[in-house]
Amino acid sequence: MGIRFILMVNKQGQTRLAQYYENLTLEERRALEGEIVRKCLARNEQQCSFVEHRNYKIVYRRYASLFFLVGVDNDENELAILEFIHLLVETMDRHFGNVCELDIMFHLEKAHFMLEEMVMNGCIVETSKSNILSPIQLMEKSS
Amino acid sequence: MNPFSSGTRLRDMIRAIRACKTAAEERAVIRKECAAIRAAIDENDHDYRHRNLAKLMFIHMLGYPTHFGQMECLKLIASAGFPEKRIGYLGLMLLLDERQEVLMLVTNSLKQDLNHSNQYIVGLALCALGNICSAEMARDLAPEVERLLQFRDPNIRKKAALCSIRIIRKVPDLAENFVNPAASLLKEKHHGVMITGVQLCTELCKHSSEALEYFRKKSTEGAVKTLKDLVNSPYAPEYDIAGITDPFLHIRLLKFLRVLGHEDADASDYMNDILAQVATKTESNKNAGNAILYECVETIMSIEDSGGLRVLAINILGRFLSNRDNNIRYVALNMLMKAITVDGQAVQRHRATILECVKDSDASIRKRALELVYLLVNESNVKPLTKELIDYLEVADQEFKGDLTAKICSIVAKYSPEKIWYIDQMLKVLSEAGNFVKDEVWHGLIVVISNASDLHGYTVRALYRAFQISSEQESLVRVTVWCIGEYGDMLVNNIGMLDIEDPIVVTESDAVDVAETAIKRHNSDLTIKAMAMIALLKLSSRFPSCSERINHLIVQYKGSLVLELQQRSIEFNSIIASHQNMRSTLVERMPVLDEATFIGKRAGSIPASVSSSNRAAINLPNGVSKSAAPLVDLLDLSSDEVPVPSSSGSDFIQDLLGLDLSAAPEQSGSNPAPKSGTDVLLDLLSIGTTPPAQSSAFPADILSNQEKSPTSQLDGLSSLSLLPASKASAPVSSSTIDLLGGLAPNVASSDENGSVYPSIVAYESGSLRITFDFSKAAGSPQTTLIHATFKNLSPNVYSNFIFQAAVPKFLQLHLDPASGSTLPGSGNGSITQKLKVTNSQYGKKHLVMRLRIAYKVDDKDILEEAQVNNFPRNL
Repeated sequence: MGIRFILMVNKQGQTRLAQYYENLTLEERRALEGEIVRKCLARNEQQCSFVEHRNYKIVYRRYASLFFLVGVDNDENELAILEFIHLLVETMDRHFGNVCELDIMFHLEKAHFMLEEMVMNGCIVETSKSNILSPIQLMEKSS
Repeated sequence: MNPFSSGTRLRDMIRAIRACKTAAEERAVIRKECAAIRAAIDENDHDYRHRNLAKLMFIHMLGYPTHFGQMECLKLIASAGFPEKRIGYLGLMLLLDERQEVLMLVTNSLKQDLNHSNQYIVGLALCALGNICSAEMARDLAPEVERLLQFRDPNIRKKAALCSIRIIRKVPDLAENFVNPAASLLKEKHHGVMITGVQLCTELCKHSSEALEYFRKKSTEGAVKTLKDLVNSPYAPEYDIAGITDPFLHIRLLKFLRVLGHEDADASDYMNDILAQVATKTESNKNAGNAILYECVETIMSIEDSGGLRVLAINILGRFLSNRDNNIRYVALNMLMKAITVDGQAVQRHRATILECVKDSDASIRKRALELVYLLVNESNVKPLTKELIDYLEVADQEFKGDLTAKICSIVAKYSPEKIWYIDQMLKVLSEAGNFVKDEVWHGLIVVISNASDLHGYTVRALYRAFQISSEQESLVRVTVWCIGEYGDMLVNNIGMLDIEDPIVVTESDAVDVAETAIKRHNSDLTIKAMAMIALLKLSSRFPSCSERINHLIVQYKGSLVLELQQRSIEFNSIIASHQNMRSTLVERMPVLDEATFIGKRAGSIPASVSSSNRAAINLPNGVSKSAAPLVDLLDLSSDEVPVPSSSGSDFIQDLLGLDLSAAPEQSGSNPAPKSGTDVLLDLLSIGTTPPAQSSAFPADILSNQEKSPTSQLDGLSSLSLLPASKASAPVSSSTIDLLGGLAPNVASSDENGSVYPSIVAYESGSLRITFDFSKAAGSPQTTLIHATFKNLSPNVYSNFIFQAAVPKFLQLHLDPASGSTLPGSGNGSITQKLKVTNSQYGKKHLVMRLRIAYKVDDKDILEEAQVNNFPRNL
């Protein structure tokens, strides 16, 4: 399956974006997010970017005040996911220009549209930034 | 009007939520917003529908219920404009999932949108379908998706490919329809189409072996060429990451090759060159390059061996392992764990480095490394590795101690070369981390100590010393208290000194001190206190001079609020005070604990370790190993409840065989294989009845006798299985006579009952006979009532008689309590017990059952096991 969820969480542990590719109830999500965030945020810079939790492997990366957490299957390539997080950030950077937490909060739907162009059902769809962004730019132009 | 730019109110809401200082405030704001949105929904407000939905998505992300907005999504999807549809589909994917009934309603809109003239709308529908479709939707919409795999725009083709993955996961039957279009996707140039196409092909291979064969034949060459072009491609700015063109596509292609090359020499051979090129040429100074190397190593490990490549791969892992970057070291450990099955020797070379990783400051790395070390342990390196791990236990983090302790205990129990070493290591673990040790571990230690009679003195003295230093470790206290109670006299008199020990001087009152400390410690739990109480009672008899003091100690708990302690206190007090004459016999040393039973139980509680090793050869309970085919039933049966002894590994099971079964494996070797096509089971099991001293010719005779005898009554023999040593030495002839003699009245009695089904002798050993009478519950042919009668033919009385039965999964068994637990000797009485068996495959499968009978004769525990498969066929 590959990617099972993508979370963006700020330093205080508040969720800023959550996209799941499997069925979890609201309660399960809340509990999962709480546990993962507590685990990952407690780790320091020197420690590796992978945490095992329940039957997930969490690959996370911090950009300024925002943590990007990606839950994957056990047989997924962790280093590639790390690279994928970076690609996601670069894509958002190109669109928002120096993306920050507020951009994602106030343009939640756009962040989701980008994600939609990059990941579908837990698999990677597209890795070219201009291909990812072109439908979104088209939509903005037309309005 | 643009739904996204007019979101001032959305902004306001987000600001309001961010301004909240407490969770209660936040809930209040959300409640208000939700109320407003509900009102808007009720009024069927069109203008703000999209904005309301955007708000709902935000609220949903924060973890509040938003089900009332689900219908709004459907309405937005059904509207004509692109922006409305856009947000409607997003809402659909976020707020709904495939389990909701509402989803049914969207199938039609999806179908329309998949056929829409605007390709962006088609893209939206594909994306939604790919993320949330259910099995029913998959069936309904698969033809549309199949068609879209050939759409003119590559952006649609790539989404259709991923959508197909979802569809075949939901409905694997549809896989074959997608094989051809998927293969043609691999030939494309567009990276998006290639990466999704490769993923689709990989998925297809997982679901269907025909697809795998097809791709092996038709696409191996293509995939190798694509990867080659990619590796050698000139700089492509759009896909370049750290000088590598599209590492993601690299990785997916390598994954696909792994599937193709796995267990296929030709395909593996074909991809050798390109794998070697990737492994040697890829830059390893950036993360992207390492990700590719990592994937490449995994592919090399999974495809068919070609010598040189494996060396290359292990070298890459070695480099990874010495990398300073923790991420790289983590994946190296991960990979070595997979490599260990392929090339254990190569991994052993990195043992020292791996052991260092166990001590890393990073919990993720420690955990991986510990698991790897656990796999690396074998008989030859267990001593140094255990020493390292125990040394580290002293300085390990508190939260890591639990894992570490469990692994050390497991290693020590599995590979210990001798008992004294086992006891030494366990004492070290208990003194360092006794609070983290699980109950079964210290139970196991006590069993081992009890069985090592020459080490009793040594152990109790070592425990005494350890207790002086680490009295805060619970399980150490328990084991110490138990040992001092049992072997306190050996502690005081230095009995059984080993050469390696320093003598110590312990007075009787010092020994009592230990029990007193344990019982009075404020943080001792009930178990410790109760164990200490028994230890004190035992010591009162061993050390008459301390009897007064002990009685005084015990009396203090007369008023304990814990019933258990109070009862012990009062009873022990009366034993010490008024039953002087019988006290010493009462508190004699505990009989040696049955190691085999304990190991058997432990094996039962960890079925994983058993089942993983019982594939190749199967050992029947009587130690005879045979190839699997005719015994499948038996196997099924025993894997449910009873551990299957296996010859392919696990030491403790070998122990079990050696200790528990008198019909030892060496005997089986001397028995000729069954001559004709009789039931192999019958032969195997009947071997167990022959005494070990018998010559090889004799059992052969018995075997042939059985083959000749036509009656079904002799089937009763097939249920004979392991016999404890005492029984097995009884002459065979008498047991057969008993059997035949015993049958006659039995058959008669079943006639008297007038039951439709004949009674059977389910089990018969030299002295114990179990007969089953059958009847059917009215109105339900699946249910059989079994009336079991146990008779004891030996002159001795059996006490603590317990009968247990196990059945395979297709049966359900209910046992009523037995009529008693004491079985008088010489056939002068019987115990009866009712069983109810429900056969869920009535008419297709027949009853089978496994029995375990435990009882005591002359204070000795006897355990008998048997398999019953002579049930009447139509039950």
